[in-house]
Amino acid sequence: MSNQNRTMYGGRIDRGKVINFVFNGKKYKGFHGDTLASALLANDVHLVGRSFKYHRARGILTAGSEEPNAIVQLGLGARTEPNMRATEIELYEGLEAASQNCWPSVNYDIGSLNNVLSSIFPAGFYYKTFKWPPSLWLFYEHFIRKAAGLGHSPTAKNPDRYEQKFYYCDLTIVGGGISGLLSALAAGRSGCSVLLIDENPELGGYLLDYNFSINEKDGIKYIKNIVDELYSMDNVRILKRTTAMGYYDYNYLTALEKVTNHCDQLSKTIPRERYWRVRSKKIVLAQGAFERPLVFADNDRPGIMMASAGKKYLSRYGVLPGKSVVLFTNNDHAYQTAFEFNDKGAKLSVVDTRDNIDSRIQKKCEDFGIKLYSSSSIISTNGNKKVNQIEVQKVDRKQNELSGECITLDTDCILMSGGWNPAVQLFSQSRGKLRYDNVLNTFVPDKLIQDQIIIGCNNGCFDLSKNLNHSYQEGLNAAKDLNYEIADSINWTGEEEISFIESSVEPYMLGKKKVTKGSKHFIDFQNDVTAADIFLAQREGYISVEHTKRYTTTGMGTDQGKTSNVNALALMSHIHDKPVDEIGHTTFRPPFSPQTFGAIAGRSVDHLFDPERRTSIHKWHEENKAVFEDVGQWKRPYYFPKKKENIHDAVKRECLAVRNSLGILDASTLGKIDLRGPDTTKFLNMIYTNAWSKLEIGSCRYGLMCNEHGMIFDDGVTTRLGEDHYHMTTTTGGAARVMSWLEEFLQTEWLDMEVFCTSVTEQWTVLSISGPNSRKFLQELTDIDLSKENFPFMKFREGKVCGIDSRVFRISFTGELSFEVNVPSRYGRFVWEQFMQQGKKYNITPYGTETMHVLRAEKGFIIVGQDTDGSVTPMDMNMDWIVSKKKQDFLGKRSFTRPDTMRSDRKKFVGLLVNDKKTVLPEGSHIVEKALKQPPMKMLGHVTSSYYSPILDHPIALAMVKNGTNRLGEKVEIPLMNGKVIEATIADTVFYDKEGNKNNE
Amino acid sequence: MFVINCPYCGERDQTEFSCHGEAHIARPDNPAEVCDEEWGEYLFFRNNPKGIHFERWTHDHGCRRWFNVMRDTVSDKIIKTYKMGDQKPGVTDV
Repeated sequence: MSNQNRTMYGGRIDRGKVINFVFNGKKYKGFHGDTLASALLANDVHLVGRSFKYHRARGILTAGSEEPNAIVQLGLGARTEPNMRATEIELYEGLEAASQNCWPSVNYDIGSLNNVLSSIFPAGFYYKTFKWPPSLWLFYEHFIRKAAGLGHSPTAKNPDRYEQKFYYCDLTIVGGGISGLLSALAAGRSGCSVLLIDENPELGGYLLDYNFSINEKDGIKYIKNIVDELYSMDNVRILKRTTAMGYYDYNYLTALEKVTNHCDQLSKTIPRERYWRVRSKKIVLAQGAFERPLVFADNDRPGIMMASAGKKYLSRYGVLPGKSVVLFTNNDHAYQTAFEFNDKGAKLSVVDTRDNIDSRIQKKCEDFGIKLYSSSSIISTNGNKKVNQIEVQKVDRKQNELSGECITLDTDCILMSGGWNPAVQLFSQSRGKLRYDNVLNTFVPDKLIQDQIIIGCNNGCFDLSKNLNHSYQEGLNAAKDLNYEIADSINWTGEEEISFIESSVEPYMLGKKKVTKGSKHFIDFQNDVTAADIFLAQREGYISVEHTKRYTTTGMGTDQGKTSNVNALALMSHIHDKPVDEIGHTTFRPPFSPQTFGAIAGRSVDHLFDPERRTSIHKWHEENKAVFEDVGQWKRPYYFPKKKENIHDAVKRECLAVRNSLGILDASTLGKIDLRGPDTTKFLNMIYTNAWSKLEIGSCRYGLMCNEHGMIFDDGVTTRLGEDHYHMTTTTGGAARVMSWLEEFLQTEWLDMEVFCTSVTEQWTVLSISGPNSRKFLQELTDIDLSKENFPFMKFREGKVCGIDSRVFRISFTGELSFEVNVPSRYGRFVWEQFMQQGKKYNITPYGTETMHVLRAEKGFIIVGQDTDGSVTPMDMNMDWIVSKKKQDFLGKRSFTRPDTMRSDRKKFVGLLVNDKKTVLPEGSHIVEKALKQPPMKMLGHVTSSYYSPILDHPIALAMVKNGTNRLGEKVEIPLMNGKVIEATIADTVFYDKEGNKNNE
Repeated sequence: MFVINCPYCGERDQTEFSCHGEAHIARPDNPAEVCDEEWGEYLFFRNNPKGIHFERWTHDHGCRRWFNVMRDTVSDKIIKTYKMGDQKPGVTDV
């Protein structure tokens, strides 16, 4: 039988459109407009999941985003999503969902053994059990982690697209119930730009399930007219199926829009979800309230649900969840549900905790033949996979004790209502302050901090007429504040069949344990936290709310305690006999509901995750099979392997080509900064450690930058192009940092200096040619006189190279005769290809960063960031020669005479030669005087760079060693991770061409 | 997440900016003449007040200018933004 619990007529579903879906492998039918929860209830499926800790049978508790129990695994394969609330999932053709946290099936779950053994799993079970011995924690953790968590995440890559949207407006309204709609209407009519956000597929809020009137007209029709008017306004934007997730400073709101999640076919062009980042001048919170469960023995069985949820299933979806129904309430409002159920053919009993029940309600119950048990409580429930029987007994409220006869009732559905909690999550995130209301017995908004408005039930007001007037007026006020000409005021009247205000909610506290018998009184359904756990936490001293929360896990999990928090606090207040205000509440944090990482990441995935920078020659490198390396955001050729070559073969060939003939490197990624202005020389004197005043136009100079701590920060060659014009180069990775460094001092410290810095890194392609044949080769392609006499080392010339206006620098990072040819980027690839063509006779060899590293290490040239680490001075690197003694001041100078930088036992930069002549030391290896069997050993330093040198045919290394310059020739030991110990000798940092003749040729 | 009023560009989202610590710490005019303690003070010591704080920001993804911000660290309200070289505002200016 299908849809056996469906009423004959009624509801807001489309009975003409049948939808097929699968739950736990079984096929069912529902209607268009159903949620998964309503369709399951219609098919008399009540058992939908197992609880987290005790694996107890659980059903559907609510009908909205607060659902703690009915959370399912939705979808298959790469699209599967865990922890989805069945109460929110809109039914679509072919939907597949399954229960979580059960094995082998939800009906026969092995884990439910935990329930039988529950006495050994009290609050704090893990803390108490797995603390001995401490060394075994890592072992325990492995198993605990396996058992933790609900559902499973997909292992395949997500095939869907997620978008992000930045949005700015006057007014954002969160919640499309009647209050939100009226505020939107007032602000919209006044001309404000309005964004209205609602998490449901239909606007109108909880009133859609109730009988009410607005201005003496049918309420549902009235809502439809308002919605139609809002949609007709160009200045109002409405987002349905969109949940406001986070409310941050300066009215910054994030919201998740489920764009195509409810469709059976996911679109290729439309994103699955859209993440909104909204900044608005004012925010209106109109999120309404969540109904509060009652705490009684075994209040978690399938078939027990919130009264408002029962009402929603009946009115909106035409589903009667039970035939023999008990309403358990402490307030008037829930009676509407009882009367509706009675009207639709259910047999009703009402258990009310209060002594004095409104006579009109009593009369109505009598008229309908509803049995009413006043000042009573449900004291136990029965039924393994669905509730089937309850016991009811009178409660002596003064003594907080049970009295009188115990009555047994058969039932298949319990509707409970403990009053309403305003949904203050977002308000609290926005730093808004709450206070405890003793009439409503819940926390309500008290003090607003940001430019915000809170209206309707969200504000703790449950009177329809008041809410209508307040909401509309606040919409007008907001418009007025923002200087719009406001629309006319309207006097609103609203009437509900049973209004909430007629009676305050009486608190129903569980009281002493003996008040109700039975096993478990659940406070937090999702985390299986019982009243006994809260008692235990208090007994064991976890009496602050934050401690109780963490010790018992109440209020945690995917629902973040939307249904449980207030009950837990009320119970704590009862235990300590203190007002709830003094107990306080825990902190609300974003997100409001679980959200996907896909939406947060948006399009910033794969190759869009981080921008990729490519030189103008990149395509050529690709075509010639370069292996790439990431340097900052740059893609640089690492090496260019020929057939069957591995990295070692390729680097060896490339190194020897440079040393013996001619190599070419794409050095375009070097940072390049153009400096101009009358004070540039003065500025460089402050920035660099060496002196710049006497540098001639057309000359280059190597410079070292230090920070104010005296530590090396960047290096590079800077060239004087004109009297007040310099071309600075920086390390590839440091370019942006140096640019900011220069600007920092120009803008904040030396405001009188006239210097202009322009980044020109991407404007120039740099072709660095190096090797004994580089002069002969380049001379054939340029009109610049490259002779030793007319273009000496460390000079700069301008002229044509391959017919292109170029800047040529005679500088060298390899130690060989070398020219750096700078051409405008658009000619980069052209000139590179010309070079490759014309260089054939010299066996021109493109080389990558690895060869560049080897060649410079052979020469003992440092790489900032590899050989230095932000804690070394120029003196530590034996670079005293570049630190001016004459200059009065430059950045870092004063710190060179701090006691710490003057210590004699500082680590110094040295070379290292392994005695076996074959081991290439791992970079980062520790250097010790004498290796012992196990630490501690006296550490002398570490290896910073290490390579095999093809030209020398043995390994070389650079290192930082304590007092290293005084240890030249001394033997040290390097213990490796594999247990071997390598002997090495401390050497000079220059391994090749010590005299430095080659680059001067 | 702040909205910051760049003195050159106007109100922009915080994601366009970065913060560079306390403002109004002048580099000593003649570092060679200050003692280790004073130099250490300049290098390492910063205020961490509960309340009004003056700090340096840059509009990185905008005009790339540096400027100062007067912010209340309790409420995170930005009270004033002003250009480098402008007088440090007193509490009475607010």
